[in-house]
Amino acid sequence: MPAVEMRGVTKRFGPLTANDGVNFAVERGEIHALLGENGAGKSTLMKVLYGLYQPDDGEILVDGRAVGFRSPADAIASGIGFVSQHFALVPRFTVAENVMLGHEGGARLNPRQMRAQVMIAAESLNMAIDPNALAGKLSVGEQQRVEILKALKRNCRVLIMDEPTAVLAPQDVEALFAVLRDLQKQGMSVIIITHKLNEVFAVSQRVTVLRLGKVVGEIATEATSPSALAELMVGRQTLAVERNTDHQRQEPVKLEVRDLKLADKRGGLRLRGLSLEVHGGEIVGIAGVAGNGQSELVSVLTGTAVPDSGEVLAHGQPYPLGQPKALPNLKIARIPEDRLKAVISDMSVADNLVLESLDGFTRLGHLGRQQIREHAERMIKDFQIKASPGDLVRTLSGGNIQKIILARSLGQQPEVVIAAQPTRGLDIGATEYVHHKLLEQKERGAAILLISEDLEEILQLSDRILVIFEGRIAGEMSAANADVQRIGALMTGAGG
Amino acid sequence: MAGLRIERAPSPVWVRSLIPVFSIFVTFLLVSVLIISAGASPLQAFYELLIAPLTKTSARADILMMATPLILTGVAVTVAFLGGYFNIGAEGQLFAGAIAGAWIGTLVTDLPSTAAIPLMLLGGFLAGMAWALLPALLKVYLSVDEVVTTLLLNSVMLFIVSYLLNGPWRDPVSGWPQSPTIALSGQFPVLIPRSRVHLGLLVALASAGVMWWVLARTRFGLELRAIGKNREGAQFLGIPVRSRVLMAALISGGIAGLAGVSEVGGIHYYLSSTLSNSFGYTGIIVATLGALTMPGAVLAALFLALINRGALSASRELGVPVYLADVIQATLLLVSLSFLLLNRYRIRIRR
Amino acid sequence: MELSIESILVLFGATLRIATPILLGALGETVIERAGILNLGIEGTLLLSSFTGFVAAQVTGSLWIGLLAAMLTGVVLCLLMGLLSVTLGVNQHVSGLGITMLATALALFWFRLQYGGGTTPPALDESFQPLQAFTGTPLEPVFSQHWLVYVALLLVPVTAWMLNRTSFGLRLRSVGENPEAADTAGVSVYRVRYEALIVGGILMGLGGAFLSLAQLGAFSHGIINGRGWVAIAIVIFGNWRPGRVLAGALLFSFVQALQLRLQASGIALPYELLLALPYLLTIVAIALVGRNVSAPAALLKPYRREG
Repeated sequence: MPAVEMRGVTKRFGPLTANDGVNFAVERGEIHALLGENGAGKSTLMKVLYGLYQPDDGEILVDGRAVGFRSPADAIASGIGFVSQHFALVPRFTVAENVMLGHEGGARLNPRQMRAQVMIAAESLNMAIDPNALAGKLSVGEQQRVEILKALKRNCRVLIMDEPTAVLAPQDVEALFAVLRDLQKQGMSVIIITHKLNEVFAVSQRVTVLRLGKVVGEIATEATSPSALAELMVGRQTLAVERNTDHQRQEPVKLEVRDLKLADKRGGLRLRGLSLEVHGGEIVGIAGVAGNGQSELVSVLTGTAVPDSGEVLAHGQPYPLGQPKALPNLKIARIPEDRLKAVISDMSVADNLVLESLDGFTRLGHLGRQQIREHAERMIKDFQIKASPGDLVRTLSGGNIQKIILARSLGQQPEVVIAAQPTRGLDIGATEYVHHKLLEQKERGAAILLISEDLEEILQLSDRILVIFEGRIAGEMSAANADVQRIGALMTGAGG
Repeated sequence: MAGLRIERAPSPVWVRSLIPVFSIFVTFLLVSVLIISAGASPLQAFYELLIAPLTKTSARADILMMATPLILTGVAVTVAFLGGYFNIGAEGQLFAGAIAGAWIGTLVTDLPSTAAIPLMLLGGFLAGMAWALLPALLKVYLSVDEVVTTLLLNSVMLFIVSYLLNGPWRDPVSGWPQSPTIALSGQFPVLIPRSRVHLGLLVALASAGVMWWVLARTRFGLELRAIGKNREGAQFLGIPVRSRVLMAALISGGIAGLAGVSEVGGIHYYLSSTLSNSFGYTGIIVATLGALTMPGAVLAALFLALINRGALSASRELGVPVYLADVIQATLLLVSLSFLLLNRYRIRIRR
Repeated sequence: MELSIESILVLFGATLRIATPILLGALGETVIERAGILNLGIEGTLLLSSFTGFVAAQVTGSLWIGLLAAMLTGVVLCLLMGLLSVTLGVNQHVSGLGITMLATALALFWFRLQYGGGTTPPALDESFQPLQAFTGTPLEPVFSQHWLVYVALLLVPVTAWMLNRTSFGLRLRSVGENPEAADTAGVSVYRVRYEALIVGGILMGLGGAFLSLAQLGAFSHGIINGRGWVAIAIVIFGNWRPGRVLAGALLFSFVQALQLRLQASGIALPYELLLALPYLLTIVAIALVGRNVSAPAALLKPYRREG
């Protein structure tokens, strides 16, 4: 009998079906990988299992008994634990307080006993951790360990880990796997959500593959191969995107980044002297595991963060750091990571299309409503946005919102394009549209910096590939010589 | 399993357009209990509150007079709230304007009304702005919560008024804690003969009109609304968030200041601490009921003035305490706040 | 003003008396804010509970029933705040102010209904009397206080203990700091926030009752007169910690007491400006401390699970 089983689970968000009749089972004492691309519905499925989401259909069985989880408290009571990508720790609580929260064992707190219990639990897994430390001051790897301790403290028998390695440095990944194997030896089941094949083979015994919300395969890990899994996961061999393979670097450098350094709030260096160049008519892709400085680089280049040192040049001119207002005038187009932070969802499509470039639509502070409307109609046609000018942006699909952002930034004939995760969460049609538009800009002679966690996207579009690791460019190669194995090694800090 | 289910999607348009009707209906249902407890018939009371004032010319004029300060504070609060700046300080800013109006009003004895009144209005506007400046600066540059600072400054302003009226400005003639009467040329002309509807009403309507234009038709307005809806997004888009919010806070303070001048110049002709019947706080109700739109604020102010006027007759005719009006207004605020959620959520019946 | 030891002791006694209702309100507000809710309903809650306590005591002739009625009123109004801000997730600023407006209007409405529009405020035949234990001793001016004063002082360590040393306190703080984390840890965010509101409502009810049942033994419209707003300021000033909230309340009340004393001794001083001083000091303190340092991280944020 499986430790947990999900039968025919369906979960919808408005028009979107995130999980569609999913069957999923995990045996006792098994490490089970849940594999799929971004947006395949892995996290949603596990949030249903943990009671954070209520399924629209289907049932969940724990030890063969049907359960209905209304909240995480119910799931916890049934022995299910969840370590999310975004750690659920209270920064101002100590490690011990975080571990004991919701499970204090009595009305009165006994700090000494709490500390002792945490110490014992940590030692059983060979973890070194100070129960008195404030959670907000811990490293990411330590925070993750606290999360695992929390789950253990609640007598968890099935532990769900949501992309646990996405935030970890390579040396921490091996330590994490060691902890997971220890847990397995104690008879626990572990579900590891991932989109990385090497992790599936490194740690799991079984693997379930999700694509577009549906299960497309469930196999014993030793009975399959990376290429077989990759095909299941992606479901398409190559995208029909025409690529300029005989690209020659004739045009001058249009974007130059020199020795960028940026520390986070806790003083940890997120960018450690990052340098790169992008020529006109070239797409440079930045590949890397999430959390190696991509977000910070994007923040600097889109004008929302100011680096501690280093410089950025656009067509040889100093870049207006920290001044998003100045960027459109310098023909710098921005496609940010989080598209909902780049639009005003509660305003109309027409207003959103001009908010970045109001100079052209204002006379003495007075708005040209007619002009704005005409502009919107033109952009809607040019960029195939399925909306009318007066629609509120929040009523649109992700793909159409992204098209608004494309229209706003690419409609101004940019010289430099900063494209961060431009297709995250989009369906195939919208994804191909975005790719097409980026290639169009390249043909126009724009310099394009593409930052993406989707390695396939990087391989498809880039002329040159840079690999980012721990805030630096760890390696570079031309698309023609791109070798996935080498990129993988560089991304994880293993390559030289 | 059947049950109600709340979804994160706007309710249908017909539901949303009925929000004011729902809110008023539920409010009166709730308030009926209170009216019965006061020994009156709810239907009679509602007649006195909502219908009776509209049947008499003098009462209709009273409504316009009573709506004047509420339109101004409602417009003031709306401008600030739209930019995501929670100005709770309209009450203090109103008194700042009243002080300036009363002061300038005593100095303009030699000027004609055409110069005296604009000077008073300008002074009141600037004084309201000045009183709004500190919290706005603290908010914009130090991220200090404006709600608490503006609220505290309301109390400080009451002490200042009390100081002025008990000290340097105490009326030397009567000895009452009220300032000397302003010059004749500073007294607002009456718009409707044999009523107390004064120039302030035009000032209020003009303010609402101008601010409507500013918010809907200018770059400043568009950018301010963007900031109010998504501050982070506005920052990304290169909108100068700080200066826009600062400007909105100051305009808000200025318009609240005009409400003070209007009460001094149109009704009392002197400064007193009872000048405002919590008009600044009621402005928050006006702005919320008006759904943060200018026409909405004007309508809401007129509606609240109707209830205020109606409560006077209900009190006279039925013996229901006049504070019924305040209860209705507060209940209406809370009920409509709850109903406004239908703009963001919808209720579905699930089987 | 003569500066005798006697007069200083009287000043301290007055400070304690003035501080009590503000302290009780501020402690209640602290508990509620630590759970992530800014309750601007406090001003009206103090007023209405002061009123219901007074009416209940007068009608039943029992001060204890009055006290109970006041606490009940505080709880009911705080639960209304919970309905709006926790269950419905409405903007906390506006719903809090709305509750203050509603409670104020109800107090005035019922007061007029009960006592008409007379000018002399109604008074109780008998109110809570100061303790007599110190009568005749030199410390009488300081310690001859209503028992509620001592209760309020005692509630400072009790509240601190509850917040820091009980599992309820741990949960309460967790929903105020990071409700998502609390939820995933199996803590019911809604339930804990409601519980915090109930505790806070009891404290606010006590604060309102102290004025009408003990200190004044009477009720009038202006009985609260901004004390709720002062309490809000003191919570910030006190960094959301009961001990420092006490310090803030005492400081504020000392200035008040001093001002009253100066006024009584006929010194010509713009005493209103002195009265405004604590408010300005609080604004300065908020500006210096900055909002982000010690405020509960989830203050003002409604919590709603997605999906």
